[in-house]
Amino acid sequence: MIGNIVKKEFKELFVLSTIIPILVIAVVYGSVGNMIGNIGETMKEKPIIGIVDMDDGDFSNIAVSVITGRGEVIYDGGDVEEGLEEVREENGVALLVIPDNFSQSIYANNPGKIEIFWIMRGVGMMDSISSGTVEGLIQAVNQEISKTLIQQDSSSDPALVLAPTTRVETTFFKGKEIEGVSPGALGNMLMSQSIVVPIVVMMLIIMAGSSVISSMGLEKENKTLETLLTLPVRRSHIVIGKMVGSALVGMIMAAIYMIGFSRYMSSFQSSDINLANFGLALGMQDYVLVGISLFMALLAGLSLCIVLGTFAKNYRSAQALIFPITAVALISAFIVMFKDFDTIPAVLRILVFAIPFTHPMMAMRALMLDNYSLVIGGIAYTAVFTIIMVAVAVRIFNSDRLLTGSVQKRAGLGKLVWGFRR
Amino acid sequence: MKAVEVRELVKDYGSFRALNGISFEVNEGEIFGLIGPNGAGKTTALRVVATLLQITSGSVTVFGYELPKEAGKVRKIISYLPEEAGAYKNLTGRGYLNFIAKFFSEGERFQNMVQRGLEIANLEERIDDKVDTYSKGMTRRLLVGRALMANPRLAILDEPTSGLDVVNAQEVRRIINNAVEGGTAVLLSSHNMLEVELLCHRIALINDGRIIAGGTAAELKNKYSAGNIEEAFVKAIK
Repeated sequence: MIGNIVKKEFKELFVLSTIIPILVIAVVYGSVGNMIGNIGETMKEKPIIGIVDMDDGDFSNIAVSVITGRGEVIYDGGDVEEGLEEVREENGVALLVIPDNFSQSIYANNPGKIEIFWIMRGVGMMDSISSGTVEGLIQAVNQEISKTLIQQDSSSDPALVLAPTTRVETTFFKGKEIEGVSPGALGNMLMSQSIVVPIVVMMLIIMAGSSVISSMGLEKENKTLETLLTLPVRRSHIVIGKMVGSALVGMIMAAIYMIGFSRYMSSFQSSDINLANFGLALGMQDYVLVGISLFMALLAGLSLCIVLGTFAKNYRSAQALIFPITAVALISAFIVMFKDFDTIPAVLRILVFAIPFTHPMMAMRALMLDNYSLVIGGIAYTAVFTIIMVAVAVRIFNSDRLLTGSVQKRAGLGKLVWGFRR
Repeated sequence: MKAVEVRELVKDYGSFRALNGISFEVNEGEIFGLIGPNGAGKTTALRVVATLLQITSGSVTVFGYELPKEAGKVRKIISYLPEEAGAYKNLTGRGYLNFIAKFFSEGERFQNMVQRGLEIANLEERIDDKVDTYSKGMTRRLLVGRALMANPRLAILDEPTSGLDVVNAQEVRRIINNAVEGGTAVLLSSHNMLEVELLCHRIALINDGRIIAGGTAAELKNKYSAGNIEEAFVKAIK
């Protein structure tokens, strides 16, 4: 008896709509796991760097020795310009320049200055990992010099022993020379673009998308669809009306969510560096482009959702159909958060471009770096994507598909008929 | 002009033929009933005339407009009441009638249309409650009000009294008769043969996707020497 009930419960509960969400979550976790695994490997790799030692003194020799031991030195010469060129060509992270008075300064109880020229390629979370390993290397140089200072003279100035070097940093980032800012600080400044924007867009797509798919499911469940389709209104107007209505609901829901989230994120942002000083601030036309990009991505997402929604038989099945959209929105957000569009492999770049949701996620960063072609190209692509999806949706609305549903076996006739109820 | 002309209509769902070359006509100001058992093809025929389904072969015209080419024009003059129709649950009854009336008219005509819908539905003070709180009979009356408030030239009603108690069913039949007096042609389906006999001017008997007989109730009973339409139908399918 119990076995019979267990069997019935299992059949009722173990259906596609319950399996798909778990599969999606498993895939997302797997992808995140792979990314984290790659972070670990990247951190183990020796950073590719160049050294220009103009001092050739006791302490600079210690520094060079530490750097050579822990990093992959691809340039060790005396010309800064040449060194920078070499580091750029070899995909290196930084050129460390030790000025001629380095050792002398330390002997005079003043910290020795190290000039760091960073080559920054992207502002994704994973893009700043290699610069982090160089930071660790500088830390090792400091420790080694401190040890030598203590061994040589135990009465050294404690402040000098604790911090025997200072640094002067210049970051080269996509054609811009940003003085006094490290890649880490720059990444922190751009955190809102790296994390907040992708999450806003992701939430917007998920909220609005679920509204439109649920609306289709509810129309079928509440038996209102047939009436709607016989009213004197164009099918395209029904599709667009549903999209705009859902977009409004989605925007309100996402806004409520983001008010809390942005407060949460602002607690992590400590940088007080002004982006405008480095030519990274956005102008009015940039914000307009970001707005258009966001609007087009929302329309693209909703047009895709409405096509998916036509497959919903009722509210419950509509919920299952939301998961593919959620998965794509999540994956888009993760990719944009972790990697910069310019630093990902070509195949992944095509995939990222093909997903319409990624464009507004990347737009702010791209516009800061004057990459207008990516943003405008993305807007054009999402517009074409939307037009195609709306055309597909209108075609489905004009067909029997909405009313006849899925293929099912018809008892008695022994043949397959389109799921149709008389 | 004929309200509806259906000629050799065939409708396939994949490999299953739901309608197999049916033909019938509905005159202006007439109530025409398609009757038959569940699965006979009644709803499919009504859905085709209501512009919801594509035609596999044959032809359908509504007041001279050809389907599917002129579906947009047909939708302006018809009203369709599905068998299992519902209304938007978060709207009030009045809100639902307003929503539908906006597709047909504006200004004073809109107000008059809603007023007519309110009168047909006759839900009194409950009209301002959410549809979600309505009983099945109340919802059906609201939907009949919705279907007839626009004074359609053709009302397509699929099992209009399905699931209703005797009192509500009689009320709905009265509303349909009133609509016809106002000039509306009605094409309805039912498996309640007694109801059809009471309501329809002419009847077509449909079974297994084919029309097997047609005429007035008296003609059919006479043809099959039957006491009522139910008996005539049983004899017709043998």
